[in-house]
Amino acid sequence: MSRARRLVPALGLVPFLLYLLVFLVAPTVTVIVLAFQEQGRFTLGNLQVVTSGTALHALAESLVVSVSTAVIGAVLGALLAYIVVTMPERSLVRRAVTSLAGVLAQFGGVTLAFVFIATLSFNGVLTVALKSAVGIDLYGNGWLFGIPGLVLVYTYFQIPLMVIVFLPALEGLRPQWREAAVNLGATTWDYWRRVAIPLLTPAFLGSLLLLFANAFAAYATAAALISQGQPILPLLIRSALVSEVMLGRHGLAYALAFEMVIVVAVVMLAYTLLLRRTSRWLR
Amino acid sequence: MRRTSPAWALTRGVLLVLFAVFFFGPLLAMLDYSTRKDGASGRTGHWWSQLVTNPDLRGAIITSLLLALFTVVLMLVLLVPTMIWVRLRVPGASRLVEFLCLLPLTVPPLVIVVGISNVYAWVTYLFGDSALTLTFAYVVLVLPFAYRSIDAALAAIDAATLSEAARSLGAGWVTVIVRVVVPNIWSGIMGAAFITVALVLGEFVFSSLLHFDTLPVEINLLGKSQSHTSVAASLASILFVSALLLSLSFVGRRSRGTKGTTR
Amino acid sequence: MIHTRVLSLGLGAVLTVSALAACSPPPSDSGSGSGDKAATATSADDLGGMDALVKAAKKEGTLNVIALPPTWANYGNVIKAFEKKYGIKVKSDQPDAASQEEIDAAQQLKGTDRAPDVFDLGQSVALANTDMFAPYKVSTWGDVGSDFKDADGKWINDYGGYMSIGYDSKKVPAVTSLDDLSKPAYKGKVALNGDPTTAGSGFSGVVMASVLSGGSADDLGPGVDFFAKLKKAGNLIPVDVTPSTIESGQTPVVIDWDYLNAAETSKLPSWKVVVPSGGAVAGYYYQAISNDAPHPAAARLWEEFLYSDEGQNLWLAGGARPVRADAMVKAGTIDQAKYDALPKIAGTIVNPTNEQTTKGAAYLGKNWAKAVG
Repeated sequence: MSRARRLVPALGLVPFLLYLLVFLVAPTVTVIVLAFQEQGRFTLGNLQVVTSGTALHALAESLVVSVSTAVIGAVLGALLAYIVVTMPERSLVRRAVTSLAGVLAQFGGVTLAFVFIATLSFNGVLTVALKSAVGIDLYGNGWLFGIPGLVLVYTYFQIPLMVIVFLPALEGLRPQWREAAVNLGATTWDYWRRVAIPLLTPAFLGSLLLLFANAFAAYATAAALISQGQPILPLLIRSALVSEVMLGRHGLAYALAFEMVIVVAVVMLAYTLLLRRTSRWLR
Repeated sequence: MRRTSPAWALTRGVLLVLFAVFFFGPLLAMLDYSTRKDGASGRTGHWWSQLVTNPDLRGAIITSLLLALFTVVLMLVLLVPTMIWVRLRVPGASRLVEFLCLLPLTVPPLVIVVGISNVYAWVTYLFGDSALTLTFAYVVLVLPFAYRSIDAALAAIDAATLSEAARSLGAGWVTVIVRVVVPNIWSGIMGAAFITVALVLGEFVFSSLLHFDTLPVEINLLGKSQSHTSVAASLASILFVSALLLSLSFVGRRSRGTKGTTR
Repeated sequence: MIHTRVLSLGLGAVLTVSALAACSPPPSDSGSGSGDKAATATSADDLGGMDALVKAAKKEGTLNVIALPPTWANYGNVIKAFEKKYGIKVKSDQPDAASQEEIDAAQQLKGTDRAPDVFDLGQSVALANTDMFAPYKVSTWGDVGSDFKDADGKWINDYGGYMSIGYDSKKVPAVTSLDDLSKPAYKGKVALNGDPTTAGSGFSGVVMASVLSGGSADDLGPGVDFFAKLKKAGNLIPVDVTPSTIESGQTPVVIDWDYLNAAETSKLPSWKVVVPSGGAVAGYYYQAISNDAPHPAAARLWEEFLYSDEGQNLWLAGGARPVRADAMVKAGTIDQAKYDALPKIAGTIVNPTNEQTTKGAAYLGKNWAKAVG
């Protein structure tokens, strides 16, 4: 077959490629290019602002939220996944938890913010109940609408996400390996320390990274929960675009978006590498 | 593990209850909050009735549902033929397609929307500026999830043999795709469709920063003046999406029975 | 293997599409038939008098406004009165939008039927975008002092107020001075209306705190320090103020424009408003007509209505000070009872200039998040 004829079937991919080019690649390239522009001229000025006080503060807070929710979600999610795996496969509870994890992991966005507003805000159900029953003021100084609140709310979808992503790794631990280890004289602790944990570590770390990227890039929940202030990076981007007090900060928005792309790209690259290592054992 | 020690069974039970309280407690709180009378005691259906009586909210619900429909259609039209085509005729491109489909996971939607204003200027110029133009952006956002669902289904059937058999009986490529392959990956397509609906109904970044009035945008807006209505609308949205996704696990389970016969 | 030729083709495609995406689509013709004449009219006379303007506006039938919350300076009733008087449908888009978003919407929707016809903007955004405004002088133009309007007619102040402290007298002790707010009785109760680096009302709140703490409109340091102190004591809560947060008791003390605080008193009788003496920070909003208004005649009629006695009194009913107040007091056309009910101003008035605002904003950009975050 001549080269031309070989390429003809590839033409069937053109609509798809073109579509992605216009709606995914072009905007991303635009952000990267415009991050280095000010009024049409090339400049590194935006990068300077990005490494300045407020932007750096927002980046730090974003990292704090992402790391803490990733770790909490990973640990608790792994625990829940382990609980699920120790139940018989056909048990109702196991199937229920797995299905529900699939549903809860998709939560997020505006609705999730209102889940917690209904529970913990000033006249939320739990706040009112605790105040009238035991006199505890759960609302306090509005912690729900700041970083601590964000960490709590993000954990709500991080744990189910961890269950979904980590469960296949736990399920891949074949009972034969445990039996073999026991046969060779290992105790439970030995089995875990020498066999299971080293096998699970790449999967665990990979899932942790995925949870981190998920929290870092999240916007909707924070936007709905935190109406005042821009403690984290995505909200700082929003402020740069809509502020009526500090004008002309579109360049900053592009630079901050560029920063986000870099962080998430690095994390996702590490995740893909770890995934490849894990899949070796899951075959 | 064949036998569970009573200590572990007890610990397990306690932990599961704690998790259940954490996850379902707030949902029950939503039910309570959305039926509470403001400042007085007693229940009211007023906030829930706003879902139909409030014109802005009603319009936003309709917009979001229509957007979900359009996105599903466009996504299927774009993705299913491409993936089948790649699997049957251009297998060398499968890594590229997989990479491209997972790319939207790497680029935060916030970044895409910040850079998309020029592209959308063209879109609104060509198509008018209804909220339904968000369809184009949404297809990109749902790509990774839809891809995984359809890919899993495609991998489970032997598409090459099926298509060869059909071609040898004289079918054209369109017939192969539409009448031979698609019915066999139906569960994957349904999965992709349901996940798409779930994502579109909750999408906020694009609609709020491009100034369109979809359901999440309206919920957020109402939250400032009528938080009870927002909670009611959020709960309705959650229940609807949950119903969809839960039925997914049943659809998937039923067709799993046929998997073993084609290998 | 992907051949280098395919790769270079791909790269070329990426660059082409990106370049295409970088240019804007061709501008489409805006405005319908009668619009052409109205779009360039700089006063009612240009169209042949008020009656001709009313006729042209009624023919257009619709008016697009943006960022006008119904409880902001009584805009809800202003819109209703306009609709009733002229039978023109007013489409109120994005009531919660900020000034910058009004401009963004106008640019994004340029050439479409949904673009905003008129703007009501904060100082910085208004003065930064005067090239988007169409010059028009309302019939009562002469009543407004030259400080409050653009010489070419591109913009004119519409209403203003002073920064104030509103509080629910049933929930907190009476507020007599700004420093009261740092007392323990106000723990978890004080809120600004908007983030000072994003919203004009929040920014002016910091200016007021500065003026009252030994600073000035040029030096916002004392103001930021005051709020840092408030935050540390646990008194300041990061909640955006809305009528529902006030009524539910979530924000019993609010630092905001006096007309916004005054609007609450009609709904919550125990809500009191005080402008601290020695710290009267004024702020006027800017009214302008869009260059690309899809309904230019209706836009101009809207402005005529706003600056008529009826429109100005409606704003006064919302607690705002209409810009024609002095002239209307002299002519006796003002609603005297409501005018006298406005909070009394004692001491010098501070009206920050655009330069002071820009400098202050830059200062806040660097220091606010650290102080309060």
